[in-house]
Amino acid sequence: MDKLKEHGLMRAVNRRVFLQSSAVGLTLGMTLPSATTAETAKLGKVKNTASINAFVSIDLDNTVTVLSKHVEFGQGSYTGMATLLAEELDANWQDVRVEAAPANKALYVNKLLGAQGTGGSTAVASSYQQMREAGAVARALLVAAAAEKWAVPAVEIDVSDGVLTHAKSGLKASFGELANAAARQAVPEEVRLKEPSEFKLIGKEGTGRKDTGKTDGSAIFTQDIKLPGMLVAVVAHPPRFGATVAKFDATKALQLSGVHKVVRIPNGVAVIADSFWQAKTAREELIVEWDFSAAMSASSDEQMLEYKKAAEKPGIPAKVVGDIEAGFSNSEKIVEAEFEYPYLAHATMEPMNCVVQIKKDEVRVWNGCQSQTTDQNAIAKATGVPAESVYIKTLLAGGSFGRRASKDSDYVLEAVSVAQAYGGDAPIKLVWTREDDMRSGYFRPMFFHKLRAGIDAHGKIIAWQHRVVGQQIIAGTRLEFLIRDGIDFTTVEGANDLPYKIPNMSLEVHNMKSPVSTLWWRSVGSTHNAHSVEAFMDMLASAANMDPLTFRLNNLNDDPRHREVLERVAKESRWAEKTPEGKAKGLALHKSFGSYVAQVVDMSIDDQGEYSLDTVTCVVDCGIAVNPDIIRAQMDGGIGYGISPALMSKINIENGAVVEGNFDRYQVLRFKDMPVVNVHIVDSQEAPSGVGEPSTPVIGPAIANALFSYSGKTRPVLPFGIKV
Amino acid sequence: MAIKLTINGVNRQIDLPEDTPLLWAIRDGVELTGTKFGCGIAQCGACTVHVDGRPTRSCVLPISAIAGSNITTIEGVESKAAKAVQAAWNELSVAQCGYCQSGQVMSATALLENNSSPDESEISNAMNGNICRCATYGRIKTAIKLASTKLENQGAEHG
Repeated sequence: MDKLKEHGLMRAVNRRVFLQSSAVGLTLGMTLPSATTAETAKLGKVKNTASINAFVSIDLDNTVTVLSKHVEFGQGSYTGMATLLAEELDANWQDVRVEAAPANKALYVNKLLGAQGTGGSTAVASSYQQMREAGAVARALLVAAAAEKWAVPAVEIDVSDGVLTHAKSGLKASFGELANAAARQAVPEEVRLKEPSEFKLIGKEGTGRKDTGKTDGSAIFTQDIKLPGMLVAVVAHPPRFGATVAKFDATKALQLSGVHKVVRIPNGVAVIADSFWQAKTAREELIVEWDFSAAMSASSDEQMLEYKKAAEKPGIPAKVVGDIEAGFSNSEKIVEAEFEYPYLAHATMEPMNCVVQIKKDEVRVWNGCQSQTTDQNAIAKATGVPAESVYIKTLLAGGSFGRRASKDSDYVLEAVSVAQAYGGDAPIKLVWTREDDMRSGYFRPMFFHKLRAGIDAHGKIIAWQHRVVGQQIIAGTRLEFLIRDGIDFTTVEGANDLPYKIPNMSLEVHNMKSPVSTLWWRSVGSTHNAHSVEAFMDMLASAANMDPLTFRLNNLNDDPRHREVLERVAKESRWAEKTPEGKAKGLALHKSFGSYVAQVVDMSIDDQGEYSLDTVTCVVDCGIAVNPDIIRAQMDGGIGYGISPALMSKINIENGAVVEGNFDRYQVLRFKDMPVVNVHIVDSQEAPSGVGEPSTPVIGPAIANALFSYSGKTRPVLPFGIKV
Repeated sequence: MAIKLTINGVNRQIDLPEDTPLLWAIRDGVELTGTKFGCGIAQCGACTVHVDGRPTRSCVLPISAIAGSNITTIEGVESKAAKAVQAAWNELSVAQCGYCQSGQVMSATALLENNSSPDESEISNAMNGNICRCATYGRIKTAIKLASTKLENQGAEHG
């Protein structure tokens, strides 16, 4: 990717595209109501707003509205998009607000994903140029409008904090005063982007966040949507994977107050009522007879046994370097390890939900939507309405961690199927209970890993064999074409691009079949691969009688950014200092989504043999740090998310049914167990890379390594609990 | 028969079945949506409101059990402690996805209303029932301490 210094003056803008954008931005942006009440549900143009281009409009009262094509689910995309655009616009930051962009692939494609959508920690990385260009164009239009109005040369006009000034004449105007005239100006062929030394917002502290309303209850999520005539649906889902409805009796359910209809849908039986509580109560009165003839009967424990058996044999080669057998025969020592990773639920705080209204020629959707294009196409296919007539109002989402980027739009299509079965054009809100959500599948796949490595007399790794056994995520999705020679990249990411220089390597995969649906889970393949690699590294270091830091430095590849984060984390965490009695520390390093992260965890061990996490020192190199405070928040939160699968989270399946249904049995990190996290951001001029995911996969192996250093015991089975 | 509740200072007649949990009376009966549904079994704290001043999980509390009570939701908090908590939350950009934060703010507010200078373990005990999957726990703790400091300073100024 480009480095910043190469930016400078550029041919940024295709004139035609932006002129089109102006028109479409205004129309589409207003087509679907932002809708929480009947009053706001009126369609039509909003006056007093000039739409400058697809990403920004300016109100006559100076409000600058940035349209974010990336959903906001806590990762800070709204603030990131606003920062980039407002930087080049020279807007007054206090006047900037953010709205979700409508679903429109032509305007809002994520070039790194090939569709409109958010994911893979790409929001800032994919929009860094584009949003700055949009801001610079808007600025140029405002300047042109001022030049015309004041009859002065454009080059003599300054812009700062939302005000245009002509110093010689003393003329001044706010953005709002010029907004309408700006929208009529010809879009420039070229715009100049700022040099980093000119940045007022990018990289700065104290700017706060633009996803407001989250401390006073005013922020609106899908769960909060109310529309005139809206009904609420709760679905009785099959209790086992692969089961279907044989027949059902809704007599009692239909007698309850507020219940409108009970309908059969592909995923079960839906109760449609005036309110959630009525629908849920009525669901309990349903008598459903399930057809289990095609249902899963295995348990996850049984599946794990199969996975282990598969790992005994060579798998499909995913990466081959050098001669692995020669490497082993030249090795001084050979070390082996195994790791078991369970299914994991995303367990977003807001269980999945979706509002759908099917009208004659269009479908309207209100959803914390992560994959607009995928969802539009899936809905188009299900309803026969053209994709461009599927209007999605993207709302704030109560977490995702990958769950909302459903590869087959599962919960969205379930809502559509309810609306179809209900008939008519009332908006219908599908609400999942926590149990519906947790038992829906779409889990982080279960994996078994088998590793074997050889080191020479100098502590160099000279042979590395790694077998990964599990289900493919992208099989059966629109991304299936990316499976090459049997390898799903999500199975091996984090195992095929090691920070270490290894002359002889064999990475092998066994693809397992299971009726359990699987999905990406914050940091995807790295959730298990980084853990295996980094926990194994400490075992190798021990075999080589070397300190884990020294051993890593001794084996690093030529990428200097690995070395930098590793050396920095050692310094910041005082790695070299002796560990006191009753304390332990562990280190891990991993690159994912373009970003380099190294962490050291410090823990205390009590008399009962239970450990607690005291501090995590986290160093990240994510290129240019657009919003340092959000980067710190994402490192911090990503570590918290990654502690759960290491210590306590696990989905079990018995007789084809998910055992855990709620937070009583599916344990997740709580307040008391959260360590203090100190984040250090490497000062970098590289292109910005991801921050939403890269800290998550590093903490688990760091904890495992601390435990290994303390007790000498490895932790082959995750989660490994709180006992030393 | 309708059940009487005072919600954010307004007397309400809640005409819902008496086993309806308070959460749904608030969300669907009164149409205040700041209080969130997270688990339905009092495990996550997203639905926390104050019932007669006490932080309470509204998702498992039938309205029949609290007839006549005084309910405060996130939309209605206005104590000094609540304002200090909200200000600290905003100052430190605590919220990420934000879905659990109404409940976090309500738990923290109840803590500081009763004890304006809680120690670490008092903070932990008050907040451990509120899950945040974005794991904003670190900033929550810092924000509670910041709010506490501000409340103590206010107390000193006015005391």
